Amino acid sequence: MSTLVPDGPSKGTITLVHLYPREMSIYGDLGNTRALASRVRRHGYTAEVHDHHPGADFRDDAHLLLGGGGQDSGQARVEADLDVIGPALRSMARDGVPMLMICGMYQLFGRSFHTVGGQVLPGLGILDVTTRGNDKRMIGPVCLDTEFGRVVGYENHSGSTVLGDGQEPFGRVLSGQGNNGEDRTEGARSHHVIGSYLHGPLLPANPMVSDALIAVAAERATGRPFEPADLDDPLADEARGRQVRRLVG
Amino acid sequence: MLRTAAAVVAGKTARALARRRGGGSAFPGLVAERLQPRILSGALADVPGVVVVSGTNGKTTTTKMLVAVLRAHGRRVFSNPTGSNFTRGVLSEMLPDLPLRGRLEADLAVVELDEAHAMRFIAEVPPTHSLLLNVARDQLDRFAEIDHTADLLARLGAASTEGVVANVDDPYVSRAAGELATDVRWFGLHPSIADRLPEITEHDARFDDVLAAREPGPGDARLRPVDERSFHVVFPDLEVGPVTLQQRGLAAMINATAATTTARMLLGDAFDAATTAEALAKVRPPFGRGEVIDVGGRPLELVLVKNPAGFGVALGTYGSTPAATMVAINDNDADGRDVSWLYDVDFSSLRERGVAVTSGVRAYDMALRLHYDDVTTDAVEPDLDAALDAFVAAHPDEPKRIFCTYTAMMALRRTLAARHGLAHFGEDAPA
Ligand SMILES: [Zn+2]
Repeated sequence: MSTLVPDGPSKGTITLVHLYPREMSIYGDLGNTRALASRVRRHGYTAEVHDHHPGADFRDDAHLLLGGGGQDSGQARVEADLDVIGPALRSMARDGVPMLMICGMYQLFGRSFHTVGGQVLPGLGILDVTTRGNDKRMIGPVCLDTEFGRVVGYENHSGSTVLGDGQEPFGRVLSGQGNNGEDRTEGARSHHVIGSYLHGPLLPANPMVSDALIAVAAERATGRPFEPADLDDPLADEARGRQVRRLVG
Repeated sequence: MLRTAAAVVAGKTARALARRRGGGSAFPGLVAERLQPRILSGALADVPGVVVVSGTNGKTTTTKMLVAVLRAHGRRVFSNPTGSNFTRGVLSEMLPDLPLRGRLEADLAVVELDEAHAMRFIAEVPPTHSLLLNVARDQLDRFAEIDHTADLLARLGAASTEGVVANVDDPYVSRAAGELATDVRWFGLHPSIADRLPEITEHDARFDDVLAAREPGPGDARLRPVDERSFHVVFPDLEVGPVTLQQRGLAAMINATAATTTARMLLGDAFDAATTAEALAKVRPPFGRGEVIDVGGRPLELVLVKNPAGFGVALGTYGSTPAATMVAINDNDADGRDVSWLYDVDFSSLRERGVAVTSGVRAYDMALRLHYDDVTTDAVEPDLDAALDAFVAAHPDEPKRIFCTYTAMMALRRTLAARHGLAHFGEDAPA
């Protein structure tokens, strides 16, 4: 566990749990956790970050959950543990705990995964999405239109994901492939759970997404409405703005 | 036979043309290959030892060191020194030395190949030996999976007819090489510095069990450093060293240990410790690996960074000698288009001095990354030349260091060459 304490008096303690940082955090996904913890602190709250490893006790009192992408071998290593903590994750999602699941963990949060060989692997069913493995890899920079504004990142996945009826996407693709390269949707969002293929990592350059997650987590942690600090993010804004201009002009 | 001669001539001509234009190193090989598809295997048919050096980090440095040691022992060695680490690049490099009958006259060929091209090479030419350095995340947007990379190295090892030299400390390499039927020699860190292992290895998530430590057997070597530049290579029956390299840091010393272990396997009884130490001490750092340029009487170091393990080692290596720092990150194809990996590097060692300027296409992303490690950045300037000028102007009297991705380095080096008379790409600076 690591703790980040704000400079002034703390407005409360927010507990973040990173699921499987060893097995499921490739392409800098740890940066999301780092960005969230640092932003929690800048908003004047204490951030307590826990790593959840396969087989360990699960913190079902967490205020915010994060997960990343992995290789096939990494996914295989966490499946047994996901069976164990799955019921807790489902009830936390229903209860409104904010979660951000990237790439491999996004797929595992869906209904099922169909391998190239025809096997059907069940997922947690927290997001109503189905993923099919295919030979084509979708790789490259992405720009999305989301309810949080324009979001930039980098996708790298071979799975093709389709949303179920009524499942909201995380965003609409302005540049890149997104869920499947065809319907211009990217990721999925149910209640406060966001699934997305965007690495980059996603949060450092898109702090408005961090703030949306933190707002819900802060309320759950303190029982009071979120009390944000007035933050400006010149570096993130410039990094994001430049990518948006490169990708969509 | 005539076809081979024609291919050799066409290739030589293409190479002369390409060099005059300062152009690509693959083209002449392509020309020769069109006329005689089996030219590469034919060229190497009379060479008794063919050694492939592969792995994610350190190929160029290690190959250079191995070739130097073998030549110091009087062996005639062919190598591909310009970092043209793909099959046609090897062929292009060979053309000037290739007689018309198409057979290279050498005792040994030592070629540096990335994992994917090593597969194409071994399909044409079975190597006698291979040196498996390490597996780390690199350019994942192209090679996709680190597991896949490990598998390619395992296949290279399995294709080697006489022997393999492998990194005992790299979990991927050591698992792959541990299952080979071929003769394997191991190199690694001496137990006295085992605590520095995490700096240089990737976590292998594929298996639950931890590999049992491997006791050094005959012909195996361990690196025992004295300081950041001097070390001993310790075999069970003899020691090489102290060796003092021209390059600093753990990575270079591990490369030297790998080269020494391989040289001993190749040379057998002819291997001489003193000759080896002397040869290693004379090896100049390859282009972009700690190359030092004189700028207004102060040293400016160019350090190529391309993946988290490499950047981490570079920060550790250079951390002991503080310098004003610039970081230049591009995201062109040759750099890797995904900059996510910067979040897998720990930059806290730069916290005390801060970074003078970030530059390149992703200058702001780099500054943002540093901000998350509480490292201050004095200026952000995407334009490389403007950034270089600002950097030199702000720190005229200090040693300077630029960490940069591949295309940023090429651009900076061109500018520095125009202003300070550097050697051309692919050639060593004059001694
Ligand atoms: Zn991914």
